[in-house]
Parts: sequence; structure tokens; C-alpha cells
Amino acid sequence: MSLQDKDRIFTNLYGYQPWNLDAAKKRGDWDKTRKLLELGPDKIIEEIKASGLRGRGGAGFPTGLKWSFMPKESKDGRPSFLVINADESEPGSCKDREIIRHDPHKLIEGALVAGFAMRARAAYIYIRGEYIREAQVLEAAVKEAYDAGLIGKNACKSGYDFDVYVHRGAGAYICGEETAMIESLEGKKGQPRLKPPFPAGAGLYGCPTTVNNVESIAVAPTILRRGAGWFSSFGRDNNKGTKLFQISGHVNKPCVVEEAMSIPFSELIEKHCGGITGGKDNLLAVIPGGSSVPLVPAEQIWDAPMDFDGLREVGSGLGTAAVIVMDKSTDIVRAISRLSYFYKHESCGQCTPCREGTGWMWRVMERLRTGDADVGEIDMLWDVTKQVEGHTICALGDAAAWPIQGLIRHFRPELERRIAENVREAAE
Amino acid sequence: MADRHLEPDTPELRARWSGFAWTKENAAKAAEYVARYPEGRQRSAVMPLLDLAQRQVGAETSTQGWLPLPVMEYVAKYLDMPVIRVVEVATFYFMYNLVPVGKFHVQVCGTTPCMLRGSDAIMAACKKRGMAKGHTTEDGLWTLTEVECMGNCASAPMVQINDDNYEDLTPERLDAVLDALAAGKAPKTGTQEPGRHTVEPVGGPTTLKEMVEANHDYRKEW
Repeated sequence: MSLQDKDRIFTNLYGYQPWNLDAAKKRGDWDKTRKLLELGPDKIIEEIKASGLRGRGGAGFPTGLKWSFMPKESKDGRPSFLVINADESEPGSCKDREIIRHDPHKLIEGALVAGFAMRARAAYIYIRGEYIREAQVLEAAVKEAYDAGLIGKNACKSGYDFDVYVHRGAGAYICGEETAMIESLEGKKGQPRLKPPFPAGAGLYGCPTTVNNVESIAVAPTILRRGAGWFSSFGRDNNKGTKLFQISGHVNKPCVVEEAMSIPFSELIEKHCGGITGGKDNLLAVIPGGSSVPLVPAEQIWDAPMDFDGLREVGSGLGTAAVIVMDKSTDIVRAISRLSYFYKHESCGQCTPCREGTGWMWRVMERLRTGDADVGEIDMLWDVTKQVEGHTICALGDAAAWPIQGLIRHFRPELERRIAENVREAAE
Repeated sequence: MADRHLEPDTPELRARWSGFAWTKENAAKAAEYVARYPEGRQRSAVMPLLDLAQRQVGAETSTQGWLPLPVMEYVAKYLDMPVIRVVEVATFYFMYNLVPVGKFHVQVCGTTPCMLRGSDAIMAACKKRGMAKGHTTEDGLWTLTEVECMGNCASAPMVQINDDNYEDLTPERLDAVLDALAAGKAPKTGTQEPGRHTVEPVGGPTTLKEMVEANHDYRKEW
């Protein structure tokens, strides 16, 4: 059975109603938050663990488990911090923006609950710089929450002091990587740190820090109110809950929609997006989880369950559930090459395989696009992606490699065809 | 990002900008930004302060604003940090303009989700009006930049112009927006698709329909 409206968490997803505190309260936000806090940090973490919530920022790490890594008490006086990753920059992803501009109080309430559970002193919400109007809404919502005594000293009259601050980025995709985000918060270039130490041990200002995605934090209060059993009643085992899907590209009606995890791709597209442009048979391939995951050809994606495991089985991943649909009119090599350009543009320059590799891969991709290459270069490109993958401090190198690997795996004949035609043209 | 460069440090640049100081209003804002970070960690405020400085330069020059070197030095001094650390930040993050820009900074998203929905035609429409990537038009009105994914993929293609987004564009719709801006008007921001509210499916939402008319409380149905 498909998800019913009463089980949707983000009821103001489309912003038909105001985002402000009064309206948010009428929708159920900030309802007896103090009682949620009275559960105590350990019980909150247990409940989140039991709900099966996995991080919504791409990696899918169990959220409750992540929170449990934070120290229960400070032995040396260092405070703990919660950093909320609102640096939504993965091509295809556009869900956190809707949460922030239409339902910001869900995020702020979640910040308090999560911060309390991990015994954090404050939360920093790192919002990407390009979300200018969204940041204005968020700052205004934070101010409302302070003025109402919901956060700050004695938050919600719980006796717990908790601050929430907004920090705007300034246009660097890499700051979505958690340690780069911490560097950026400290006022530096956003270049990822080596791990260990992990942020839970030494993160922001050298203090214990947890970095969570906006959606992971914003769903927490509702999970606590309705219970772990409610949340885990959606989706397959290991893939529980509801999820914001963002469908872009060649569908009749692109949209953002909250659905149950594990919904089949076909149902998602037919029910909410008005189908593939030109009909089902016109589907070429889908990038199901944002630009970093490999593409999946039409025949493999159609019945696939949209969840972590279902998409891994077809050689890809759920990522942020940013579904980029490509029909048969797509120049598939160009579509992937444009992503290669993206990674070249966004490489922070710290690790040589990524800094040099992303540019190299993009240049070869551009030649493959026109067929101005040698067939042997396809294998060489594959080989280089393998040399970049896993050999850099952060996952940007992997993210640059995987889309190209997906293209070669599934569209090698197309690449060879272009090379053959180019050779023929040159001969003529 | 290797193709970014600083405006040369000339006597003229110094003469124009070495007197830069916060306006009264921005001084209050700057203090508020610094207060968001723990004591002794004021350097964390370098990003919001560079943004603030860029906006102040913008207000003084009737453009989107940029960061002349003397202005970066002012921010460095304000935060008691080495100038090079400020320059590092300013050059690393793409939203800091290192050279002067026009009144309207037209930033066309060209990444794959927008590309699939026709960003080529949007870029072409800009060029047809005399804009060129990386340049400012002679009348000082338009600077054109191709930017990477702006997170508006479900209402693509889009452009961001200064602080606002214009989504669901066609060349005609973009022309209408740009004409209005040039005429000093404030065109509707967000989606340009008639009848569309934000990122619901065109034609009306498939979910949460009660929310369209009223602030529906679904808790009664739990």
C-alpha cells in the first residue's frame, strides 16, 4: 500500500502554507517538545536506532548509531557540537531546500532533540551560500524559536541550554563533506581532513562533533512522537522509513515528493511525475541517487525498489534519492561528461589523484563525446577511474569516478560507435 | 577554480578602496556574525563577513559587489587574522567575486539536471542579448557566469540573478525576466511556470492536497 498523507512528515513540503512558528505549531511542530526531551538522551538514541533511520545525506549510515558515538560526558571540559549539513549541492538534489524554506521549524526542533540526545552545546546549520532566500527564512525561524523560548537558555523549559546558529557557505560543493564542512566553519578553505580522528572524537574546534544531513535531523521529532515502530513500518528491512524523492530530467512532471522507502521506480514515476517523456519505452537510463552514483539502464531500473539495497543490487545507490531521468533523446556521453566537468570544477585541489584526475577524466570524456579518441582509451579511462577511486582523502574522487564507470559499463558500444564514426569521418 | 584571479593591486585600487569601513548598519551585523562563534574563534566569521563586505561594495557601486584586496585586508584586520588566510578563503569559494561584476549577475546553471531540461537554450538566450561568459556587458548591466548545480533540479532549468532564483525557464520566460530587471522592475521570483506553486508536479500536487487550501493538521488522522 502506498504512503498516505497522514504518514507524511513534511506536510508543508510545497509551501502552500506559511513557514512561520504559528503555522508550524498548528501542523504539529514544537508540540510538547519538553516531553520528548524528558525521555532522556539514551532513550532518544535507542528510539532512533530502533526506527531504522539511515542518514539521508547520501552515505546511509544509521543515524542513531552515529549519535551514540558522542561522549556521554566531557572529561576535559570540551563541549560537543552538532553540525547540520544543509550544503545541498549534489547535482539532482533539491530536498533540503524545501525543508528549509517551507518547514524550517521541523529542522530547528530536530536540532534541539538531536543535540540534546548527543549532549551537544550548540548546533551550527551550515547552509549552502546559493540558498540565499532559504537562509533568510531559516534565520528568521531561528529567531522565532529563540523569542519563544524554544531554544537558547532553558530550551522549552527543559533546563537544557542549547543554541542554534546559521552559517552560510559561499559556493563550494566539497563543504558537503563533513570534515571539509568543519574546516569551513572554522573559517578556512573547505579541504577535507584525514580520518581518524573522526569528528565524534575531534571535530569542530577540536571538540566532539556529529555532522548530520538536514532531512535526518528534521524527521527525528516526528519519529519520537509517533514511535520507532511507526517509522519502521515503511520500507523493506534495512531500508526503513519515508523519504523525500527528487525527480528531475526527462519526466513529464518533475517534482519533489515524500514517499515510502522501497517504492518501485516505476510507481514513483507513474504516480507523481506523469511518466517518462515520450512513454516508458523512451527511457534510456536513470541516475537514481544524485550525480555521484552510477547510472542504471532503463531495463534494470524500471522495477527496482528505490532504497539503499535495491539500488546497490543494480550497481548504483540511493544516495540522496535525487533521481535524474534521461530519455532516448539524451546525449548520454555528454550528460556524464558534464558531471565530470562538475567534479573537475569542485575538486578542492588537496589530493593529487583527484585534482589532476578530475581534469584528465573530463578532457578524455569530452573527446569520447565527439568520438575523437582511440578505442584503447576507453580502457585507459576505466583504469584511471580505478586509480582515482579510493586514493583520496575524501569521497569526491570516488564520486568523480563512479559516473564514468557506470557509463563505460553500460554504454561501451555507444562510445565505440562514436569513435568508429569519427574515424570514418576523418577518412572521408 | 584555477581560472580565478585577483584584480591587480594598483595605486588606483588602493586609492578607491583603502578607506573601506563598515557602514553603521553593517558594523552591527558584523558584530552579530562574530558573536555566533565561541570566544577566540572569531575567525569562523570570515565567510559571513566577506559576504557582507561584498554586499557593501555592491551597494556602493550599484553592482552585485566584489572583493577588492584592500577590503579583504580590512576584514583580516577586523578578525585579527593574516591577510593571506582571508585571500585563501575568498579565492576558494566561488560566490566571492574577485573582479568587478555588473548590476545583475546572471548565473545560469549548466549541470546535467538543468542541461537535460534545456539550459543550453537558456545560455544561448543570454548570449543573444550580448552577454558573454565571464564578462560584463559594456553598459555594466549584466555579468554572465555558468554555475554548477544550484539545487533547483525539480524546477529546472534555472538562473540565479543576484539574490533570487528564476526557475522553469524557457528562453521567452528568461527574456521577460531580464527585460523586467533592466526596466527596474521586480519580476516574480521562483518558478515561471504558470499555475505552478513551487516543486509540486505541474498541474497540482499528487499528495497533501488538503494543504493547498488550508493549514491542515494531519495529527487527527494518526
